Amino acid sequence: MAMEITQFLLAAQSADAKVRTEAEASLRQFQEQNMPVFLHSLSLELSNDEKPVESRRLAGIVLKNSLDAKDAIRKEQLVQQWMAIDVSIKSQIKDFLLKTLGSSVPEARHTSSQVIAKIASIEIPRKQWPELIGSLLNNMTQQDRPAFLKQATLETLGYVCEEISHEDLVQDEVNAVLTAVVQGMNLADHGPEVRLAATKALYNALEFAQTNFENEMERNYIMKVVCDTAMSEEVEIRQAAFECLVAIASAYYEVLEPYMQTLFQLTSNAVKGDEETVALQAIEFWSSICDEEIELQEFESPESGDSGPPHSCFIEKALSSLVPLLLETLLKQEEDQDQDDTIWNISMAGGTCLGLVSRTVGDAIVPLVMPFVESNIVKPDWRCREAATYAFGSILEGPTVDKLSPLVQAGLEFLLNAMKDGNNHVKDTTAWTLSRIFELLHSPATGFSVISPENLKRVLVVLLESIKDAPNVAEKVCGAIYYLVQGYEDAGPSSSLLTPYLTDIISCLIAASDRTDGGDSKLRSSAYETLNEVVRCSNISETSSIIAQLLPVIMNKLGQTMEIQIVSSDDREKQGDLQASLCGVLQVIIQKLSSTDETKPIILQAADQIMLLFLKVFGCRSSTVHEEAMLAIGALAYATGSQFEKYMPEFYKYLEMGLQNFEEYQVCGITVGVVGDICRALDDKILPYCDGIMGLLLKDLASSELHRSVKPPIFSCFGDIALAIGEHFEKYVPYALPMMQGAAEICAKIETADDEMMDYGNQLRRSIFEAYSGILQGFKSVKPDVMLPYAQHLLKFIELVSRDSQRDESVTKAAVAVMGDLADALGSNIKLMLKECAFCDEFLGECLQSDDEQLKETAGWTQGMIRRVMVL
Amino acid sequence: MAPHDLRRPFKRAAISDQQKRRDLSLLRQAQNRRDAQQQARCLASSILSLQSSAPESEPEQSDIEIETEHDSEDLSKDLDVRRVSKLRGPEVRKWFARQLMLPEWMIDVPDRLSQDWYVLARPAGKRCFVVSSNGTTVSRQRNGSILHYFPSALPAGAKTRDGSGSAQSYCILDCIFHESDQTYYVIDMVCWNGYSLYDCTAEFRFYWLNSKLEESGACNVPSHYHKFRFSAVPVYNCDQTGLYAAYSGAVPYVKDGLLFYNKHAHYQSGNTPLVLVWKDENCSQYVIDTDGKGEIPSQQQVVLELQDDGKLVTSDDPPVLFCCLDGDIIEKSGLQSGNLLRFAIGDGGLSFVDGKLENADLIYLGKSNRARAFADSYSKVIFQFMVRHSPLKIDDLLASINSPDDQEKIPSDIEMVG
Repeated sequence: MAMEITQFLLAAQSADAKVRTEAEASLRQFQEQNMPVFLHSLSLELSNDEKPVESRRLAGIVLKNSLDAKDAIRKEQLVQQWMAIDVSIKSQIKDFLLKTLGSSVPEARHTSSQVIAKIASIEIPRKQWPELIGSLLNNMTQQDRPAFLKQATLETLGYVCEEISHEDLVQDEVNAVLTAVVQGMNLADHGPEVRLAATKALYNALEFAQTNFENEMERNYIMKVVCDTAMSEEVEIRQAAFECLVAIASAYYEVLEPYMQTLFQLTSNAVKGDEETVALQAIEFWSSICDEEIELQEFESPESGDSGPPHSCFIEKALSSLVPLLLETLLKQEEDQDQDDTIWNISMAGGTCLGLVSRTVGDAIVPLVMPFVESNIVKPDWRCREAATYAFGSILEGPTVDKLSPLVQAGLEFLLNAMKDGNNHVKDTTAWTLSRIFELLHSPATGFSVISPENLKRVLVVLLESIKDAPNVAEKVCGAIYYLVQGYEDAGPSSSLLTPYLTDIISCLIAASDRTDGGDSKLRSSAYETLNEVVRCSNISETSSIIAQLLPVIMNKLGQTMEIQIVSSDDREKQGDLQASLCGVLQVIIQKLSSTDETKPIILQAADQIMLLFLKVFGCRSSTVHEEAMLAIGALAYATGSQFEKYMPEFYKYLEMGLQNFEEYQVCGITVGVVGDICRALDDKILPYCDGIMGLLLKDLASSELHRSVKPPIFSCFGDIALAIGEHFEKYVPYALPMMQGAAEICAKIETADDEMMDYGNQLRRSIFEAYSGILQGFKSVKPDVMLPYAQHLLKFIELVSRDSQRDESVTKAAVAVMGDLADALGSNIKLMLKECAFCDEFLGECLQSDDEQLKETAGWTQGMIRRVMVL
Repeated sequence: MAPHDLRRPFKRAAISDQQKRRDLSLLRQAQNRRDAQQQARCLASSILSLQSSAPESEPEQSDIEIETEHDSEDLSKDLDVRRVSKLRGPEVRKWFARQLMLPEWMIDVPDRLSQDWYVLARPAGKRCFVVSSNGTTVSRQRNGSILHYFPSALPAGAKTRDGSGSAQSYCILDCIFHESDQTYYVIDMVCWNGYSLYDCTAEFRFYWLNSKLEESGACNVPSHYHKFRFSAVPVYNCDQTGLYAAYSGAVPYVKDGLLFYNKHAHYQSGNTPLVLVWKDENCSQYVIDTDGKGEIPSQQQVVLELQDDGKLVTSDDPPVLFCCLDGDIIEKSGLQSGNLLRFAIGDGGLSFVDGKLENADLIYLGKSNRARAFADSYSKVIFQFMVRHSPLKIDDLLASINSPDDQEKIPSDIEMVG
């Protein structure tokens, strides 16, 4: 049945474009004509040792791509397509693949193992390939099998474990897989290829080993083998073994105590003397331990009293040896590490780990680090000064303010002077350290800062001078300004301290954004983002005229982006980035100035021109809308209110475009939010656009392609529309309400073990309630009966939510409010229904007991509404 | 096998402003949505932004002429609340004039007094609506005119530095302003912090009043941001102890009779039999109506409204007919429909058949003072008549609570001398 495809596979790799295109077309044709036969032929090609390596390789890749895709929807299609193939053909394909593991050609083995894993990912969860694990293990247990088969088999086991969940295998299978893998790591029995494959397989199989790690004997055995392997002669095997240790640190933290002595020795030796690839893993081991302990500390709430996993204080115990080890790494900087984003070296890893250690142990790290800082910061070698500064900057998070502030106060002047150091790295790290100081130890809003009103001027003089330094230094200076001004946000009288410097800060940031000497746009976007924070944090009553003057400057810059010559897609991207930054600044200015009655007219006067600019930004693209412009338009609609109506005829098509942007789901989500803004701005004047908007929103909801995070905002948006147009929402009820009911039913089935899904479930619930609230309120005084048929379902949904003890506070508020809206809108019509709702009183009682004043008030109001219905 | 990515944020880019902008936008949108829905919720049966933004010219007190309800249907009490929010100037005043709940006078003792009613000692003073919103507080008298314009500690009642109180937050309180201690005594709560209590029972309103008013700081001594003190009035269950406490208990204000509230009644604008007022000389200085000079006229005076067909009626809904004027007389005296006319009750008095007014001996005195907004209510006329002839005494009230058949009791008919 197989077709002869070798020549096409070879031709498809031809250097001649014409030959290649024709071959690709033929292959596609085969595929379309008879998919099962095509896949069968590919697997036969891959397994046949007489075929050229090149055609076998491509056969494997095409096969793999016929089973898996990055895009979730495409992937699901491929899965369905595979499952539809006749069992006997699939069985033959799988046999060819397993046979290929024994091929003498390494590339064929490797490709085959990947394809097997892809099929396993489809079939094992569905229990359709029960014999796979057995036949792979068979390759391992038969003494006479060649090493290369064992190596390929271990590789396959690793890939399979990576693809499937540990719940897909029974414990016996897990045990057998682990046994085979761990035996494969045995030095006495196997050569380096097999041991490397086994070690890598173990990395993927660790997730399956929970039961085995609970058993002390098995755990001791696994740990011994991994530690032995970490001392192998071959660097690649050592690295793989350390990767396993890193994974074990995260997954099995709570059972590591007995091994820590050994692990410290192993990692310490590796950091000091091993190849960098191994040393990096050894540092990562300690970073992972810090991650675990920080998480334990964050979730450790003394009042809850429930004992989570134990905190073993590994970092605290190792502190006096670990800190010197890490400090040593800081001196191993590379010359160009501040210029190149792709670099990750031992000094960077060591410094990062030092920061994590500081967050883990707090004050205890300070006396261990300060002598290093003090002795190195004045040395002639820039490496010493940079390392000292980096060490100081790293320990600013973790220790108490009391411990740190005398040190920072004593060192601040030194650091400000170091901004004139002769070495770029030192200045870069000094600016970063200053930004950390401002971020962590400067909070006038809460009454504490290491920056006194007196030395603020000195600080700003230095920063505004250094922002003219090399681009990498200037970018870090932007970060320092960002956190410096952030401290004055909502800082009452203290916020006035910044006012005298505001004009200078703004002009320096604009100048930095105009620089062209940076290799990329990082400095520019940092400058604009800092500008945003400056605007946000300024004291509006003192600075409104400064911000009002900034508005035309930014508008002008945005206007200039339309003149940029667009030749390449690179140009287009640069234009888009610049427009994004400028729209961002405009958004922040609009929001700031429209926040007070005194300054709002400034925005209203400029609204026509601002809107025109946004429309031009949209015009720069053909099929997508600009996310930042959309975000800014939401702020403008909020500011202009009903005046926004005049922009709708022009703007509407972009609104449609945004709502149809499934791929860039964040754009879609932002557009949905803007629809809400416009509803509130226009009220019933949005009516002429509602058919179109509702049509698109309903389509969005029905789409399996659109990212799920956009769906809750769409339901909330239904509520916004209904509230705006009142009774006119009636015609959408037959479409919108079933969607809401369907979503309510999905809520009931959401997996509660998964935090992310729980979060999503809470959002969905809240948004459904918001939709009902808006619709009920919209119909209330005119046509409440429209909602009568949906009351029962809504009450059931509220009941279900009220019984969920894990519900979020915001969900509770929305649920209580919608219950009041229901009683308010439908009145005596639902008296009987409410009488039968035993849960109401209990739920209201719970809410009335809450510490949250807002919730209590809403619950009180709802209670009043329900009582009113009861006496009607 | 995907190798574990070792790279961690290093001298991390300090800022991700885009995400911050997105988050702040979402936050703003969520807040606006909550406000919008909340506002709609509060509109339930009340009103938004009660202070007219257009400057309201304060009319001469005597010029206030409140049209009766049927004169301007569009301003009826059922007016769409969304439209009320758009009223300006004099319209606001007219609207307010209609919003107070007006007690009937107690001319017989209601059933189940001890179970279903509250009693409180009414402070003497000016009855008014106190409205706080948008950083100011305004008190409006029964005829809609403004009494005070002041900052208060009520929610949204003052422009404080922290700018607390969102735009849709406001309060409406039913008060009596007591001159001598410059205090607003709150006798009912209509809206609190944006929540409408119109459609809530008295039981719920008083509960809310007692828990919220104190909390807000409105009962504190006056200060820069709080010009007048507010005070709740003690409310008792109308059992024997409660009634006695209200009647003779010491209060910091001058009493002007007792108010009785039916526990299950909602706040309802206009006359209602579910709130009753009762007075005697012990608990009020103003039991018998005085004339313009402050003297008690020898004959009881009543103000009635002249209708198209010459009928003279009370302000009740539906109006109660007292008698008819001849077309001739109307023509001769130049009277018009809608005029409020003052009469004295002659020696013939009032006569009743089966508890209904049968005949009234009225002597025409002239048109009433222009400041009058409404005719007298039926219950007021009867109460005044009873006070002069056969008053309902405190002992009668106590006895009605005491009597064993209280629950089914039919109040003793007071014999009318006619």
